[in-house]
Amino acid sequence: MNTKITIENKTSPVDQETAKKLLYQMMFIRRFEEKSAELYTKEKIRGFLHLYVGEEAVAVGIMHALNPGDNLLCTYREHGQALVRGLDPGVIMAEMYGKQEGCCKGRGGSMHLFDVSRKFFGGNAIVAGHLPMAVGMALADKKMKNNQITCCFFGEGAVAEGEFHEAFNLASLWQVPILFVCENNLYAMGTAIRYSHAQTNLELKAAGYNISAGSVDGMDLLAVIQASQHAVEIIQQTGKPYFLVCNTYRFRAHSMFDAELYREKQEVEVWKKRDPIPAFSKLLLEHQLVTEQAIKELEKKIDMEIQQAVDFAEAGTWEPIDQLTNFVYSNSII
Amino acid sequence: MSAPSVSIKLSYREALKQSLRDALKNDDRVFLMGEDVGRYGGAFAVSKGLLQEFGADRIMDVPLSESGFVGAGIGAALNGMRPIVEIMTVNFSLLAFDQIANNAATLLHMSGGQLNVPVVIRMSCGIGRQLAAQHSHSWEPLFAHIPGLKVLSIGTHEDARLMLLTALKEPDPVIIFEYTAMLNLEGEVPTDTISVDSIYAKVRRTGKDISIITYGAGVYKSLAAAAELAQIGVEAEVIDLRVLRPLDEKTIVASVTKTHRALLVEDACQSISVSSEVSARIMEKCFYELDAPVLRLCGVEVPIPYPKHLEDACIPQKEQIVTVAKKIVCHD
Repeated sequence: MNTKITIENKTSPVDQETAKKLLYQMMFIRRFEEKSAELYTKEKIRGFLHLYVGEEAVAVGIMHALNPGDNLLCTYREHGQALVRGLDPGVIMAEMYGKQEGCCKGRGGSMHLFDVSRKFFGGNAIVAGHLPMAVGMALADKKMKNNQITCCFFGEGAVAEGEFHEAFNLASLWQVPILFVCENNLYAMGTAIRYSHAQTNLELKAAGYNISAGSVDGMDLLAVIQASQHAVEIIQQTGKPYFLVCNTYRFRAHSMFDAELYREKQEVEVWKKRDPIPAFSKLLLEHQLVTEQAIKELEKKIDMEIQQAVDFAEAGTWEPIDQLTNFVYSNSII
Repeated sequence: MSAPSVSIKLSYREALKQSLRDALKNDDRVFLMGEDVGRYGGAFAVSKGLLQEFGADRIMDVPLSESGFVGAGIGAALNGMRPIVEIMTVNFSLLAFDQIANNAATLLHMSGGQLNVPVVIRMSCGIGRQLAAQHSHSWEPLFAHIPGLKVLSIGTHEDARLMLLTALKEPDPVIIFEYTAMLNLEGEVPTDTISVDSIYAKVRRTGKDISIITYGAGVYKSLAAAAELAQIGVEAEVIDLRVLRPLDEKTIVASVTKTHRALLVEDACQSISVSSEVSARIMEKCFYELDAPVLRLCGVEVPIPYPKHLEDACIPQKEQIVTVAKKIVCHD
């Protein structure tokens, strides 16, 4: 059954099955992140842990417009994208535990999830450091005449880095097929966008590089889908880069070390009223694409799957210390 | 590894260019990108004519965005290409240091062995052209400090002709240091370009009295010093390290075990230098073979000044190498 959902003049073709899948993906990320926070307080997960709670519609919406063969590069707040890309939740959890059953044998942890078989290239933890690499990946595809695009996520903090500007110039100069996605959650760690950017309408920065750009309400899943489908079409037609700013908000602290001294609780509460998950659930209920009962069943299913992921991580094993220096160099002739 | 049977005389610059040409001819995935490598012909004319020969897709001029284009080289390498990225001089390399240290060097490890980064980054470096403090750096030790990188130094014409071709066979990121002051120098290069397929330290001259261990611009200076030492009956062995990371400890230890004396020579300033590491390895691995303390002749700890006489005084010269080697051997 193909049903068109229309809100505020935006039309996006989402059939019932797809609608349920999208809801499931957002709910899964939310629950996975909450579980991760809980495991962090139990000291099962250590190091830095950056949660995606509140921003789910961005990853889910953007990635709905991508093909599995498209290269994906993300930030250190990448659990959501990794899950949507199809990395096994248990393998991700094991990675965050530091176990050798993790996607990077535990070497990377929360900030460095990689799965080459799924073209998932991190998990990059130097802000803006992956943008030039993403341009290079797109350049290689162009040179090899591969028919795929590269999608690169970054936060608005990255937009202030020199590497953002260098990467944008190169991408436009070389005309490579790349979707730049800014997850603008308004805070670069604890510094509000108004203290970071002289121009806070970030999409306007693309004009300086002759790159097409748009912005979208990142709390509105269907709007994100529509904007990203539009962006991907343009990239596919022109072979040129596109810049999409998704205006969103993280409901939780920057990382588990963050006391949130830089924003008012009230501001967080206001944004929580725009939580993408209840909003999308409500929409699906109104259009009778899903029932209350079905949502409850989804919740149950997700809880079970996440418990399995945790069990998998718990049962995981530590890499023997004598393997410590593996993966510094490949077998080679030098 | 046998010595190449046939050789011809070429400048260091021409040898570098021929290696680039071979690399581009041998593999369609190889491309060169860097500032002014195409239309200008390379800041030092190393890539002159290659744009006309191979076209703009394979000889890519890039804007002054060291971090951007080095990162793009890393990305292209991740995605199936074999890029050669030229950073015009080592002096600009810190602008790309984030990409090299945080991405190229770490991705294989962070990804649990999933990602190879077969990128080759060339940079011209060194002192000797009166370019003053910001354009005369010897930063080999900076790069050699980083696990995950392979760091090569081209101290001879033979390596100018061959080293890049070996580097391109590597699955890991390789940094190659070339020496601007040597570009016009002529020397013998092998015509057989297949003979070198593994890179270790190389004994450039054999001797029994002392090991002079060096690399880069120190190699020819040390060989000249060794020739002078031979006239007074001191037989110095000259070792060209060639690979600054990972260090070829075996060749170092074998030589010191034979000569029982070591003098370490390099242009980079002395503290925390490659020589510091070589010295420590000698102590750890063959201390009891030594008949004299290991000595170092390295760069003076100073930003490089402009005047020629002061610039020359910053780095070891042949005469000092002779003097110090004599002192070690003859207990002067």
